[in-house]
Amino acid sequence: MTLTKKTPQKLPDDHKQKLEKIAEIIAANEAKESNLIMILHAAQGIYGYLPFVVQSFIADKMRISVSKISGVVTFYSFFSTEPKGKHTIMVCMGTACYVRGGKKLVEGLKKHLNVDVAETTEDGKFTLSQARCIGACGLAPAMMIDNTVYKAVTPNKIESILSKY
Amino acid sequence: MIELTINKKKVRVEKGITILYAAKQNGIHIPTLCYMEGVHKFGSCRICSVEVEGARTLQVACMTEARDGMVVHTNSKKVLKARKVLYELMLSDHSKNCLSCNRNQSCELQQLGETLCVSENRFHTSSIREQIDISPSITRDLSKCILCRRCVTACKNIQEIGVLGAQNRGFDTVIAPAMDKPLNDAKCSFCGQCVVVCPVGALKETDHIGRVWDAINNPDIRVVVQPAPAVRVGLGEMFGYPVGTSVTGQMAAALKLLGVDDVFDTDWAADLTIMEEGTEFLHRAISVLSGKKAVLPMITSCSPGWIKYIESYYPQLIPHLSTCKSPHMMLGALAKSYYAEKINVEPEKMYTVSIMPCTAKKFEISREEMKNRGVVNVDAVLTTRELGQMIKQAGIDFRNLEGENFDDPMGYSTGAADIFGVTGGVMEAAVRSVYAIITGRELPFEELHIPAIVGLGQIKEASLKLENVLPDYKMFEGFEVKIAVTSGLAGAKILMEQIVAGTSPYHFIEVMGCPSGCICGGGQPRSSDPDVRNKRLKAIYTEDEGKVLRQSHLNPSIVSIYEKYLIKPGGHISHELLHTHYVDRSEEC
Repeated sequence: MTLTKKTPQKLPDDHKQKLEKIAEIIAANEAKESNLIMILHAAQGIYGYLPFVVQSFIADKMRISVSKISGVVTFYSFFSTEPKGKHTIMVCMGTACYVRGGKKLVEGLKKHLNVDVAETTEDGKFTLSQARCIGACGLAPAMMIDNTVYKAVTPNKIESILSKY
Repeated sequence: MIELTINKKKVRVEKGITILYAAKQNGIHIPTLCYMEGVHKFGSCRICSVEVEGARTLQVACMTEARDGMVVHTNSKKVLKARKVLYELMLSDHSKNCLSCNRNQSCELQQLGETLCVSENRFHTSSIREQIDISPSITRDLSKCILCRRCVTACKNIQEIGVLGAQNRGFDTVIAPAMDKPLNDAKCSFCGQCVVVCPVGALKETDHIGRVWDAINNPDIRVVVQPAPAVRVGLGEMFGYPVGTSVTGQMAAALKLLGVDDVFDTDWAADLTIMEEGTEFLHRAISVLSGKKAVLPMITSCSPGWIKYIESYYPQLIPHLSTCKSPHMMLGALAKSYYAEKINVEPEKMYTVSIMPCTAKKFEISREEMKNRGVVNVDAVLTTRELGQMIKQAGIDFRNLEGENFDDPMGYSTGAADIFGVTGGVMEAAVRSVYAIITGRELPFEELHIPAIVGLGQIKEASLKLENVLPDYKMFEGFEVKIAVTSGLAGAKILMEQIVAGTSPYHFIEVMGCPSGCICGGGQPRSSDPDVRNKRLKAIYTEDEGKVLRQSHLNPSIVSIYEKYLIKPGGHISHELLHTHYVDRSEEC
């Protein structure tokens, strides 16, 4: 496999305003490298995700290399470099949920939404993701949509849950 | 002093050193892989693990400080087993194509396997990352990377660029530019310091050997080669000579045996560069002294890694750069004009090859500006390592070669040209000639060396008061020229920030992209000798001091080309062939 240059993603209309907000966050954190994760967290909140242009903007403002930023962004599964859907479905794949059917639940969601894990539906409504453990082992198999937890989810419940969104 | 026990032997060592050193000082060798003296100390590979009594887990010898009363076992059963498993795990996702790898027999991973007596390959995985990234200068083969992070240290901590870093997590971890982009799409200077420290075949120069053989074997093509100053003090290491051995004559002889038509010398072009660059500096200084506008400090432009760095990170300072092409580009341009006319060969049928201690030169020759009259100035760049490989491939008995001279008319050089290969050398060579031109006297230092700018310091500075100048240069009477020299891009960054802030006190700055200058460039043989920099530096100054002429403007061959072809330094033909312009690359990636 030889690497090829990816086509740049289309920037949102309010790209500049969003970058200004990110710049304010960086300034409020005194551009300190020790605050990098907090800054990235806030930046993702503002921009929705962290594409290369945003990473390089942060790198320039903080005067650290973009490979360092990208290293952090790609290390933590919380950060996303692709645009996210309106709602994020997070299926728990921790031990308890996994053995009680988490894997089947993911397969069911993939089929229902016609996406793979870490992808977003064509209508931009849902992003499917997995988490290692959401700390709700008693409710296994569990999933979260945004901040709502659903317990003992089996594939046949998918349709009725998603229809609420 | 503290006392500790290593392998039942009581040893006394200085306080504050690591277990690795304490052992080494007492004749006990602990195997290492990622550790590199003076470069990388990170504990990432864990191969130097040792057992320390009372410690819960094995400790890495390269990072752990030796302490009073410590009891260390470097070869216990637990240690031997751990080292072997660590090694086998590294092999598990390593492409094991050793026989077709260019580091075969010079691979540190391979040597370690032998040291550790590993004779089986127990762990298999399907996750070997088959990915090759070819940039104009550097080729990355991720199937061979063992994630030791030496290259990250070279890029981030030594050069302070940080193009390479660890991306992703766990099995997906790769050492790559941000977002796993190809190197050519990152703001990489192509200095190649990562290549020099890579223990395996994951980072190497982009191969030009094949195309050079094709040219040599084509009877319709006239092949012209030129080796850079630093190549002659590095090449010998490829043939078992001690670090710091000069092999100038043998190198010229070997090049002739390879079957090339003309063996010229980049040293000759270095003398020419001094004429052009010295004149450019004189013009700029005269303008400023007579109240006209000119940009100072002027900064040298011989190092293409440095050029790509300033274009990417400080494009606003481009007017400070000398417009001179680097010496080998000058020679290439003249080979395909002056020399081609002289021997009646069409420039299209001439193939120019530069032997360079450098990886960035491979990128430099592909620049749009490096063409004249529709043909590229230089067709191929071989690193010192690649030349060594070619000589071996051709079956040339290098050690028993009789030394030969370079060919006329672009082969004769002065000592001032030799020192281009080391930090401070271009500046000293320029000052030798500029001082002589302004005052009519030789530079008033022993052996013509300016002590303040000789050596391996990161930033060196000097000032020189001009007195009793010649009548033509009376504007310089009493003028104090302030110069600075740096090697390595971290030092360059400091000097550039001064210019940006308006606090730079200098008139003339020399920057070399690699720490210590070309002697330790990205294309030089890899060395495990911690004193390699000093030894190669000494060899360069010895070459200089051994020359009959020591000042570029006295080189009769250079005087002659101005008489016959170029007319005068900085003249019309010089501007066409020997000078260039630069590109703002800050928005390229």
